[in-house]
Amino acid sequence: MFFVLDVAIEAPPGITILFGPSGAGKSTLLDCIAGVLRPDEGCISAAGLVLYDSQRKINLRPNARSVAYVFQSLALFPHMTAEENVAYGLAALPRDERKLRATEIMKAFAVDKFRSRKPAEVSGGERQRIALARSLATRPRVLLLDEPLTGLDAHLKAAILDDLRTWNAAHRIPILYVTHSREEVSALGERVVAIDHGRVVSEGTPVEVLDAPRRKRIAQAAGFENLLNGSVADVREADGVMRVRLDGSQLEIEVPLGFSAVGHKVCVAVRAGDILLATQPPQGLSARNVMEGRIVAVEPRGFLTQLRVDCGTPFLVHVTPSAVRALELAPGQRVWLVLKTHSCHLVES
Amino acid sequence: MTLEPLLLSIRLALVVSVILLAGGLPFAYWLAFSRWRGKFLLETVVALPLVLPPTVLGFYVLVAMGPQGPLGRFWQTFFGHGLAFTFEGLVIASVLYSLPFAVQPLVASFESVDRKLLDASAVLGAGRARTFLRVVLPLSIPGVVTAFVLSFAHTIGEFGVVLMVGGNLPGITRTISIAIYDQVQSLDYGQANRMALLLLIFSFVVLSVVYGFHRRVGRDLGRRLWTP
Repeated sequence: MFFVLDVAIEAPPGITILFGPSGAGKSTLLDCIAGVLRPDEGCISAAGLVLYDSQRKINLRPNARSVAYVFQSLALFPHMTAEENVAYGLAALPRDERKLRATEIMKAFAVDKFRSRKPAEVSGGERQRIALARSLATRPRVLLLDEPLTGLDAHLKAAILDDLRTWNAAHRIPILYVTHSREEVSALGERVVAIDHGRVVSEGTPVEVLDAPRRKRIAQAAGFENLLNGSVADVREADGVMRVRLDGSQLEIEVPLGFSAVGHKVCVAVRAGDILLATQPPQGLSARNVMEGRIVAVEPRGFLTQLRVDCGTPFLVHVTPSAVRALELAPGQRVWLVLKTHSCHLVES
Repeated sequence: MTLEPLLLSIRLALVVSVILLAGGLPFAYWLAFSRWRGKFLLETVVALPLVLPPTVLGFYVLVAMGPQGPLGRFWQTFFGHGLAFTFEGLVIASVLYSLPFAVQPLVASFESVDRKLLDASAVLGAGRARTFLRVVLPLSIPGVVTAFVLSFAHTIGEFGVVLMVGGNLPGITRTISIAIYDQVQSLDYGQANRMALLLLIFSFVVLSVVYGFHRRVGRDLGRRLWTP
């Protein structure tokens, strides 16, 4: 895949999340900051030090940048013990101090008991902790994390993130955290920069970025299960809404006003969890969109149940298992879906 | 049976393998990691001894080493004697002839080191030399052993190049393969058989050690050597 990576971001101390679908350019951006990849032009600086400036012909070698980078593959040295890995970046220090510093950081990330084990002899979560400790032992200006916690369960992730936050409370460096997981964005709960096709598409808090996705691919990554294609049928500027006729059906839904004129093709993103389901025709509701349909399938998924409902257009609806029992929901049943106007998000398709 | 030719062959092979390893490590490192576009030309030159008949290589080396050749004159100036038909001349010719057997396994094993490990090393502040010594080399030990043993074994077994540039001087250039050839020429089949068998067993043991040592490296090597 070929694309141009063209971004301008600023990361204050603390975690900044780079969020976007795979192939959006997130890792490429980190590679440029770390200096393992050379951008064509631009300027990169960290804590007052210019790392790269195409106009001034500055391009510091990666080993002179004091930027720490935890790769997605972690890239721990397989032939070294955990302690040797952690001490690798401390070659300039005298022996005793090196040992002290390695021990200190390994304690902070709870891996000092694995000091004499090789990476292949510890679990995935421990490897991730060792990789973090190795990067931070050098006291870097910036920390780059490329999906460092993929494949770990939620508890382990949270525990590692806590340790990272504790460490950074004392050191206050900018941390760029790349992920394509919506759960991680919500869990980290700090500044988010959404990137797609090599460009920044939105910036803000997790709620702002995840709940108002402007691009279809970001919407998919952000967990909008329903992406409905349609065309604008009516624009009511006075009410701040417009009506969208969904492709392949007679269904019309009311959505917030967007920069669209009648006839424009649009895509509407709706979370499966934002849809209300009723077994009788609902009355007296403020919600503007009520659609009659039939349950096609009931799919239990742990703490929630996913329903496939055909209203002329297929919808995915998430309800709790207790709701399924109380309403005795089953395939073939007639139901009404209720959708608030502001649960409908317009995305660029 | 005199052991002199065998001992000479082993001495020659040891000297050649040590030289090839010492020079081959930095050269192979450069070949593996350089982004220079003309690199393939050097790779071609390194692989040439695999396809050239030893007589062709031997012929050019002999001409270069002769009293009129550049190498011969250089040697004459600095050491006071010529190169052709000497042990030193044999070493130089053998180094050239066994070059691919040392360089290619080294390049293959350097290239198989995960590039992310090199990036990680650089990001952690290590320069190229430290990255090579602490990361690339330790992870390439099977390749280094393969390179050493293969260039050793290949030098032991060479014939054409020795005949061209070394001649047949007992104790100086009369290696085991030349001795066997000599014995066959003088119809001494019994003696030839004993020496040939010795060489056969020696080669088998050496190669089985290499291939047993690291099967994966062995496979990579086979691919590189036979698909130039």
